[in-house]
Amino acid sequence: MFAHFILALRQAGVPASITEYLALMAAMKAHVADYSVEDFYYLSRAALVKDERHLDRFDRVFGECFKGLEAPEGDLRKEIPEEWLRKMAEKLLSPEEMQQIKAMGGLEALMDRLRELLREQKGRHQGGSKWIGTAGTSPFGAYGYNPEGVRIGQDESRHRSAVKVWDRREFRDLDDDIEIGTRNIKLALRRLRRFARQGAATELDLPDTIRSTANNAGTLDLKLVPERHNTVKVLLFLDVGGSMDEHVRISAELFSAARSEFKHLEYFYFHNCPYERVWRNNRRRHDEQMSTWQVLRTYGPDYKLIFVGDAAMSPYEVEMAGGSVEHWNEESGRVWIDRLISHYRRSAWLNPTPQRGWGHVHSTNMIRALLEGRMYPLTVGGIDAMTRELSR
Amino acid sequence: MAAFKSTERYIATRDLEVAVNASVTLQRPLLVKGEPGTGKTVLAYEVAQALGHPLIEWHIKSTTKAQQGLYEYDAVSRLRDGQLGDPRVHDIANYIVRGKLWDAFEAPEPVVVLIDEVDKADIEFPNDLLLELDRMQFFVYETRKTVVATHRPVVIITSNNEKELPDAFLRRCFFHYIRFPDRETMERIVQAHYPDIRRDLAREALNVFFQIREVPGLKKKPATSELLDWLKLLMVEDLPPEALRSKETHLVIPPLHGALLKNEQDVHLFERLAFLARRGGH
Repeated sequence: MFAHFILALRQAGVPASITEYLALMAAMKAHVADYSVEDFYYLSRAALVKDERHLDRFDRVFGECFKGLEAPEGDLRKEIPEEWLRKMAEKLLSPEEMQQIKAMGGLEALMDRLRELLREQKGRHQGGSKWIGTAGTSPFGAYGYNPEGVRIGQDESRHRSAVKVWDRREFRDLDDDIEIGTRNIKLALRRLRRFARQGAATELDLPDTIRSTANNAGTLDLKLVPERHNTVKVLLFLDVGGSMDEHVRISAELFSAARSEFKHLEYFYFHNCPYERVWRNNRRRHDEQMSTWQVLRTYGPDYKLIFVGDAAMSPYEVEMAGGSVEHWNEESGRVWIDRLISHYRRSAWLNPTPQRGWGHVHSTNMIRALLEGRMYPLTVGGIDAMTRELSR
Repeated sequence: MAAFKSTERYIATRDLEVAVNASVTLQRPLLVKGEPGTGKTVLAYEVAQALGHPLIEWHIKSTTKAQQGLYEYDAVSRLRDGQLGDPRVHDIANYIVRGKLWDAFEAPEPVVVLIDEVDKADIEFPNDLLLELDRMQFFVYETRKTVVATHRPVVIITSNNEKELPDAFLRRCFFHYIRFPDRETMERIVQAHYPDIRRDLAREALNVFFQIREVPGLKKKPATSELLDWLKLLMVEDLPPEALRSKETHLVIPPLHGALLKNEQDVHLFERLAFLARRGGH
């Protein structure tokens, strides 16, 4: 009866299955919702949606299927959170410019205008100065010449060495929920597992108990051992932003796999090359930074250090003090990489770009040399080789 | 069967009522998620009360194993009894310790089972309970006996989103996300808990409360339980509502903020914002 509804849901990315559909049907039959549309909405939501992140998509599909409203436009994930726009505006604009905007009716007015345009506009648009699209001079859109404009849904960095990219993915932590495709990576990472008995003795050690009971002339003598735990500790350093934009998906998959494989997994983000500060939460990268020294002090040399990055940057970012594109770094990237890999006994660099292209990028060669060749492609085979190296 | 509805003490929105009733009717587990402090655990108590069933609580910790909810075989006692020549040792059933789910399955009347904070346990924990929650039965290897639920219990599972739950597990549940209550619902909740609170005090307090929740960058937003604690403090201290009202600026540090802000960084952030607001006012 509601088959088209389920299909529409699946199309919009809500993973509803037959089991859930049948449950909904059974509940309808049992008159849980009776004849109220609202109750039916609540019921189908409880039965079909299993994750609050899908609630919004569900609402839109429900509206489309049952009220005959207009179709949800385009990619349902492309909704732009207002907070994000606001934050970006705060970051980008100088106080004088904020004053100017105020004169034009304030940020609110700008946002209202944007919303209005989004509503008015149908379809893709390129050029021009009013519509949201690409390559125009309107303050909204992507690839434009107005750097202070609001950049919307630009898929990848246009130039590989863009200095600053304000794109939506910069405001999104690497998604660690992606399950599809991570299974292989998980299996490869599993090689890194090393079990050790640690903690309180809770398991009965049968051979030892038998031995000591026999030695005790038959009087029971219990022997316990601690449970086995995975004791490998991993420290992940992930490159975000800039030229890494194209590789975000695959890096996110790795992150998702690594996170569920290890109990001790610490991760930090950096941009292009690690310097004196790294951060944990990409959304708040400017307020919540952590000193790399502190990382070195906190996590001992027994951690296995894995960098994930394309190692594509300007050579100055590796060689020179002050070469960073984002801030003034007192010490060069080379010093910091050296410091990190000499502190940690095992380290490697995973590179998401295809291996045959590495030779053409100068900085990739430099970093590869710094790590004494321990750079591996971010493929299942590469991870396999890396884990073998790390667990030697 | 008695349906679940808002009570005097527990305000349930209509969507929550529908979700609970669906899971009770179809006898499937209900998974409840939501911000901390929005009444996930309390829901189970209220459902038990509304249906008139006893409640069996199973609180999950990081070391909890699925098997512990079913039964445990106490081999050590048996070995020791064997050495002491206790006749009980001949029957293995004497050393089977029942778990919470076994109790629930064999209860003489229908019960409500609360599996609290299922995400605290090991990642495999939900998978180990799939069949048990689906069929409401399990097999005891030691005694070769199958325990089947006489009455399928109402199962309420809460999660704080610390770990992802497996799809197979989710598919067997109804799901409800307790949204943070809007102002109107919140007023009803406050009324339900403190029927004799002064009207103006409650109004001012709610104003302050929702303002605080809107401050960007708070690490832990205060939730319903924090609001209720804070109101209680305000009532005990007998503060006049004027103390909560800001004079010229729109932001003040509320009195007794310790009940609302549980993180020193949040308090700090708040002080900074209040300072800026005060300076901006001049």
